[in-house]
Amino acid sequence: MLLRRSFFAIFLSLSLIAIVGTAVQCRAQFSEPGGSALSIPESDRLQPAALAKLLNGYDAEKPLVLQVGSRLMFEQAHIPGSAYAGAGSQAAGLQMLESKVASAKKNKLIVIYCGCCPWTRCPNVAPAYKRLRELGYTNVKALYIANNFGDDWVGKGFPAAQGE
Amino acid sequence: MRVLAWGLLVALFCASGAKGIAQQTSLIGKQAPRFVRPDLSGKRIDLGELRGKVVLLNFWATWCAPCRVELPTFAGWQTSYGQEGFQVIAVSMDDDRAPVDKAVLRLKMNFPVILGDAKLGNDYGGVLGLPVTYLIGRDGRIAARFAGESDLKQMESAVEKLLSQR
Repeated sequence: MLLRRSFFAIFLSLSLIAIVGTAVQCRAQFSEPGGSALSIPESDRLQPAALAKLLNGYDAEKPLVLQVGSRLMFEQAHIPGSAYAGAGSQAAGLQMLESKVASAKKNKLIVIYCGCCPWTRCPNVAPAYKRLRELGYTNVKALYIANNFGDDWVGKGFPAAQGE
Repeated sequence: MRVLAWGLLVALFCASGAKGIAQQTSLIGKQAPRFVRPDLSGKRIDLGELRGKVVLLNFWATWCAPCRVELPTFAGWQTSYGQEGFQVIAVSMDDDRAPVDKAVLRLKMNFPVILGDAKLGNDYGGVLGLPVTYLIGRDGRIAARFAGESDLKQMESAVEKLLSQR
């Protein structure tokens, strides 16, 4: 009985070490230099269905919708009416983003999205969000794309456009 | 105690990141869309001329963290299975070439790398998330599609199965 308990104790200890080790390894492999999208407050995340509803609405003022990820992906599919604003993970991309919002009022609703990768792996959306907040924009939302733009927007039947 | 032990086993499995094959039914079983492009060294890569080989076609980008994990593994497979008729082709979906050149060296990519564009992405059903990998059989037909953080052991098994088909 004592031997059996010892076996389970060792097994449990090794299992916990393996789980913690795997989690630490994954975090190290996928940590994004510009900050993780997890840093964006939940209150500033917008679900795809909510954005689609907003864009379809007749009364509300339309938001400024900007894609802050890959240009090639934007050319393949993007939210109708949105503009490409440069990759948020790159300095040149953030400069382009600044130019895209330059004429917008500080309280204008700005929705940024990427969708290159799962939310927790996206290198673009958090730096773009951070820069807009630093510039004084007070109404910035990030479209919450759980997996990628293909699965979570196009695949779910929300409207999409192609080209530049 | 036993329940806890089983729970931990399940947690271990989940922590290993195991995921199933995401198959895009529209392309599975069909001829892989042909393309002819220069690779980064200027060599002409014609997918049609690779008929008879098993091709792993990987869409990636330098900013894609899961891609950077997969690519060295693909380089190892190129070394291990190359003699059996296995060929990796990597399609960079970066907007610029400069970071791609650096990554090829850093990740020790020992296979052709071509620069993708929207047309190539659209031909393959829209590459709207990375990484995406297609396995193409010796007959030129698409056998499998892996999207996102894939189970590389599962992918390697699929490669071995295709290589065994003469």
